[in-house]
Amino acid sequence: MKTVFKIGLVLAFVLAGVSAQAAETINGAGASFPYPVYSAWAYNYHKATGIQLNYQSIGSGGGIRQITNRTVEFGASDAPQTPEFLKKNNLLQFPAVMGGVVLVVNIKGVKAGQMHLDADAVCKIYLGEITYWDDAKIKSMNPKLTLPHKMITVVHRSDGSGTTAIFTTYLSQACSAWNDKVGHGTSVKWPLGIGGKGNEGVANYVRRSGNSIGYVEFAYAKQNKLAYTLLKNPAGRFVAPNFKTFEDAAATGDFEPGKDFYLWLVNAKGENAWPIAGATFILLAKEKKEADMKTVKFYDWAFKHGDKKAKELVYIPLPESLKNKIRAYWKAHGIY
Amino acid sequence: MREWAGGSRTWPIDILTNMAPSTKKNPIDLLFAVLTAVSSFSIILLIAGILIVLVFESSLAIHKFGVFNFIFTIDWDPVRKIFGAASALYGTMVTTVLSMLMAIPVAVGIAVFITEIAPSFLKGPIGVTIELLAAIPSIIYGMWGLFTLAPIMSNTIEPALQATLGKLPVFSILFKGTPMGIDLLTASVILSIMIVPFTASISRDAFNLTPEVVKESAYALGATKWEVVKNVVIPYSKLGVFGGVVLSMGRAIGETMAVAFVLGNNHQILSSLLNAAATITVSLANEFTEADSDIYLSSLFYLALVLFVLSFITLFIAKLFLIRAERKYSR
Repeated sequence: MKTVFKIGLVLAFVLAGVSAQAAETINGAGASFPYPVYSAWAYNYHKATGIQLNYQSIGSGGGIRQITNRTVEFGASDAPQTPEFLKKNNLLQFPAVMGGVVLVVNIKGVKAGQMHLDADAVCKIYLGEITYWDDAKIKSMNPKLTLPHKMITVVHRSDGSGTTAIFTTYLSQACSAWNDKVGHGTSVKWPLGIGGKGNEGVANYVRRSGNSIGYVEFAYAKQNKLAYTLLKNPAGRFVAPNFKTFEDAAATGDFEPGKDFYLWLVNAKGENAWPIAGATFILLAKEKKEADMKTVKFYDWAFKHGDKKAKELVYIPLPESLKNKIRAYWKAHGIY
Repeated sequence: MREWAGGSRTWPIDILTNMAPSTKKNPIDLLFAVLTAVSSFSIILLIAGILIVLVFESSLAIHKFGVFNFIFTIDWDPVRKIFGAASALYGTMVTTVLSMLMAIPVAVGIAVFITEIAPSFLKGPIGVTIELLAAIPSIIYGMWGLFTLAPIMSNTIEPALQATLGKLPVFSILFKGTPMGIDLLTASVILSIMIVPFTASISRDAFNLTPEVVKESAYALGATKWEVVKNVVIPYSKLGVFGGVVLSMGRAIGETMAVAFVLGNNHQILSSLLNAAATITVSLANEFTEADSDIYLSSLFYLALVLFVLSFITLFIAKLFLIRAERKYSR
């Protein structure tokens, strides 16, 4: 009898624990790109408030579907969703943190930050119209480099990804031939090149093949010290990918609350803006105000206390002005 | 398996005759019979459920592209929302056939060695090693393929093939292009290593079905080991070996992670084996999580349905041969 009582007691505690935990957990799912920073924030948030955030990085497509079906409290997507889509599915959207895409090359004698490229050259390389590194167009931008007469090996992602979506949107906007022939999306029909799975797949093939070019996330290139290129931005300046140029891109990007912050942060107008950046977004169910408030509280906390952690992990925090716009957007929808 | 095969042919009568008397005897027996029956039928329900979900989820794509059109369209363009299975089917078939070509001789050799040639103290260790090979998770083959095999292929093996076979008239088509190591050939090599254990162990079991008496008579007539294997063992067990081959083919068709890293997922049909390609499973693994439009997702489900049917047919053929082999030789 005594043991039965004991077991009952233990069970009661366990169940109580489970239900208490359930009340204090926020469930989210989606994009894999921001997963490291969300989980770092979640860890610190849990320490500070006791509230747990359970984020599953199942990919943007999955995140959008799960929030559309209302199986999670928030969804996350690397690609901004159009206001029409959000309206149709009764969703709210706001950016949470930013990242960017950089081009990396592997040419003998060319170090990080030495190769100068513009959007037109990148577009022609990925369309297969520029096939040799000593092409006149590339040479004219890089008078100081000695470029080999070698075929360019083009590397792209083989899996669907937000990185590809940002990169192809950049090409589509900067280059009409790309827009006509290929377009933009999480995966596209590449005219040429080899596909690597994930950032590590692309980096691996760029490193190995020689005379190659590929695109990877900024964080991945920085952490692995890959030979990134400079890019010419719409203001006409060659810029290097770093926190300053990304912040400049964010500051001059036109995030409009009226359009649910729908914006591809490519070819930003700023003097020193890096041209291939992007925010990653959070999607909320409009009618579930209580759950939304929990999520919003978390991101508000992260906006206040999470910038340092984000930078450590090589993400670009949102500028203060944008954070205030987002807070106003939350308030307008009665979830802040 | 023989009981199953026999049972399946006459199962209604079997169940009636076997179950009816026992139910009268003992309620535990009835419970036992019901439990086993429920377990078995749950598998059938599960398969049917999977099929229904696949058809339901892909209905949008089936409606838009049709069956024939989908299977014979090469284009796979998520941006323009045009989807066809031809390139993925082609990749699946080429990698499967190539890997079988590489794996079967090795696997049959292993089986012959274990059953006929190896001294008994070697049979155990070799058998265990083969089974260990089958136990390695496929993602490990994938990572090994990406970081180890692909560089070896692109730096050594593929240039060597181009310099030798590539110079011959017909083969030159197969070995055109810059060797990158991300191609049909590398994927097939990895696949062949993965399926060797399956083919080898089923072939070994099939060889073991050869009656000792027949083999001994052949030896008594003065046949050499080679002649016994060639004229007695292989003819006796060829249907069983064939069944094993088709079973491993099913495995090769469905293998995902081992090839996902080394195939590039390029939806194209090119003659050279040194080109990147896509298989059905590689496309699913690479694109499923980020499929952003309904028709895209539905087309991926449609691809999965095509794979399901393909695997089903393959396994059906394999079972047919295995059943025939056992009926013919195990008496």
